[in-house]
Amino acid sequence: MASIAATIEPFGPRPRPFFTPTRIIIYGIIIVAALYYMLPLYVMITTSLKGLPEIRVGNIFAPPLEVTFEPWVKAWTSACTGLTCNGLAPGFWNSVKITLPSTIVSVFVAAVSGYALVNWRFKGSEFFFTCLLLGSFIPYQVMLYPMVMITAQLKIFGTLWAVILVHTVFGMPILTLLFRNYFASLPQELFKAARVDGAGFWRIFFQIMAPMSLPIFAVAIILQVTGIWNDFLFGVVFAGTQNYPMTVQLNNIVNSAQGVREYNVNMAATILTAAVPLIVYFVSGKWFVRGIAAGAVKG
Amino acid sequence: MQSSVSIKDLSLNFGAVQVLKGLDLEVGQGEFIVLLGPSGCGKSTLLNCIAGLLEVSGGQIFIGGKNVTWSEPKDRGIGMVFQSYALYPQMSVERNLSFGLRVAGMPRDEIERRVARAAEILQIQPLLQRKPANLSGGQRQRVAIGRALVRDVDVFLFDEPLSNLDAKLRSDLRVEIKRLHQRLKNTMIYVTHDQIEALTLADRIAIMRGGEIQQLADPHTIYNKPVNLYVAGFIGSPSMNFLQGTLNGATQPMFVAEDGTQVPVSTYAFEAAPQGSSKAVLGVRPEHIVLGDVARTMPFSTEVEIEIVEPMGSDTLAWTRIAGQPVTFRADSDVLLHVGQKVLVGFDPARGSIFDAQSTNRL
Ligand SMILES: Nc1ncnc2c1ncn2[C@@H]1O[C@H](COP(=O)(O)OP(=O)(O)O)[C@@H](O)[C@H]1O
Ligand SMILES: [Mg+2]
Repeated sequence: MASIAATIEPFGPRPRPFFTPTRIIIYGIIIVAALYYMLPLYVMITTSLKGLPEIRVGNIFAPPLEVTFEPWVKAWTSACTGLTCNGLAPGFWNSVKITLPSTIVSVFVAAVSGYALVNWRFKGSEFFFTCLLLGSFIPYQVMLYPMVMITAQLKIFGTLWAVILVHTVFGMPILTLLFRNYFASLPQELFKAARVDGAGFWRIFFQIMAPMSLPIFAVAIILQVTGIWNDFLFGVVFAGTQNYPMTVQLNNIVNSAQGVREYNVNMAATILTAAVPLIVYFVSGKWFVRGIAAGAVKG
Repeated sequence: MQSSVSIKDLSLNFGAVQVLKGLDLEVGQGEFIVLLGPSGCGKSTLLNCIAGLLEVSGGQIFIGGKNVTWSEPKDRGIGMVFQSYALYPQMSVERNLSFGLRVAGMPRDEIERRVARAAEILQIQPLLQRKPANLSGGQRQRVAIGRALVRDVDVFLFDEPLSNLDAKLRSDLRVEIKRLHQRLKNTMIYVTHDQIEALTLADRIAIMRGGEIQQLADPHTIYNKPVNLYVAGFIGSPSMNFLQGTLNGATQPMFVAEDGTQVPVSTYAFEAAPQGSSKAVLGVRPEHIVLGDVARTMPFSTEVEIEIVEPMGSDTLAWTRIAGQPVTFRADSDVLLHVGQKVLVGFDPARGSIFDAQSTNRL
C-alpha cells in the first residue's frame, strides 16, 4: 500500500478536529459575551476593595494595591441613607420582611388558582382566565394610583403590609398562568383517579398535584424572590420611610447629594444589594432550568 | 337478570357539541360489557359519566338500583382503570393502592388486609414498595387494577386499559382480566377500540358510533347478525365482503349483483319476507367462502381468478373478484394458492347478511 493515512478503514466514531471554523466562531462569541458581562462585575469588586485615594489616582481596571474591607463595613453599618446613617442593614431586614411573606402568599395563591382553573372548571372560569391574561399584559404603573387609594382605605398605606399586598396582587396574573399551564400539562386522568378515590379539592392539591410540581414551584419562588427583592417602585410608594427596602436605601446612598462621592462604598453597597438574587440564581439555577423545561415539555 | 348499571336517556354536550345522544343501556349483575367503537365516538365520555367525573346534560344513571346521577364518584360504588394508568407518581405501589382507603378513613388493619388481598390476586406483592416509575407498563396496569380492586366495589370501569401495552403483554393481561372477572364476578364495563379485546372478553358488546349505540348483543350475534352495514364493516378482520346489487323478492328471493350475476338467497333468514325489488348489499365474511369441490354443494358457486395471495401463517388470505366486485376469502394454509390460478369458490347466503342499500339496515 502506498499511503497508509489515505487508506485507513473507517471504524468507530469519526475523528473530529477540534479547531474547525464553526468552533472558533462559537467560542469567540461566547468569550466576548462573557467578557462583556464579567467586566463591570470585575470593576465593581476591585473598586470596592480600594481606598478612596487609590481610586482617585488609579486606573479603574487596575487591581487594588492595598485591599481594604472598610467600604463594605461602612456600606452595611454606617453609610447615610437619607436622614439616618445606619448603612444598608435595616434596609436588608426590611427587604426580607417584604420578600418572604409576599413570595409565600403569592406563590400559594397562584398555585391554588392555577389548579382550580385547570381541574375544577367552575362557571366563569374561562372569563377569569381571560382577565388574568389581560392582567399580565397591563403595565402596573396604570394601577399604581388606584392601589394607593385602596391601601389608604384599608389603612395600611405606608406599612409593610401595603407592600406585601401589592406584590401579591401584581404577582398573581403571571404566576397563575405559569401554574395553570403546568397543571394543564399533567395527565388529567391522574386527577380523575384521585376523584374516584374520594379525594377532595385540598387533598388532591396537597397530596397529588403539589408533590408533582416541585420544579414549577421552584421557578415561581425564584421569580418572586428576585422580582420582589429587586423592586424599587412599590417600595418607595407603599412602604413608608421607616420600611424602605434595600433597593431604595441603596439608591439613597448612591445618589446622596452631600459630601464626596465614595465610589468604593457605592460599589460595596450595590454588590450587597445584588447578592441575594445572585445567590438565589447560583443555588437554584439547575432547578430553574429544569422547571422551565418541565413546564414547556410535559410532566 | 337484575340490572347493576342502568343508563336512561343519557345525553351529554360539550358546549354546542352533542357527544352522547339519548343513550340507554342496561347492564346485568356480574355482566362484562364492552363498549366498542372508533376513536372519538364518545366511549370515554360515557364511562366518565357513569363514574361521575362528568356532569350529564340529561338523563339518569342508576348503579345497584340507586339513582347516582348527582352523586360524587366515590359514592357510586365504582372503581376505574385508565389507559395511562394514572398512578400517583410520588407514592409507592402500596400507598397508591391504599390512597382511596386512607381518604375514606378506614382502619389500618382493614387497609392492610385489602391491600394484601389485591396484591395477592394480581401477583404484585414483590412490587409493593416500588415507585410507579420503576415498574414496567404491564406492572403499572396491574397496580391500577389493584387500586380499583381494594375499593371492593360492585362495578369496574375500564377505559382502554391495554392500549398502551405491546401486543404480547396485551394478550396476557387480557386473559388475566377475564380470569379476574370469573373470580370476582363483578360487573365490568370495558371501553376499547380493539375488536379482538371486545370479542374475547365481552358477555355483550355495545357497538358505538357518534354517541349512539348501534347494536348491543353477545359477540356471536354481533359477528354473525350485524344489525346494519356499519356494524358489519366494523367487526371482523379482514372485514366482511360487500356485493352491491338488487334484491328481488319472490317465493324464491334472488340477489342480482350489478353485473347480472344471480345469487339465490332463499336459505337466508329474512327479518321480514322481501317484497318487490330494491337495491341491497350482500355481505359475506371471508371465512364463510369455501374453496374447491365443497363449493359445488353451496347455493352459490363460481369460478374466479386469484389476484393477490397473503399467507398469514395460520391461514391464507386470497383476493379475487366475484361478479366483478373485489372479494377476499380465507383458505387453509395447506392449500397452495398462486396468483392467476383459477379456482372454484362458493358460499351459503344463510351465513351472510343482507342489508338495505338505502337505510343500511339488516333485511
Ligand atoms: N372536554 C371536552 N371538551 C370538548 N369536547 C370533548 C371533550 N372531551 C371529549 N370531547 C369530544 O367528545 C367526543 C368523544 O370523545 P371521547 O369520549 O373521548 O371519545 P372516545 O373515548 O370514544 O375516543 C370527541 O369528539 C371529543 O372531541
Ligand atoms: Mg377514549
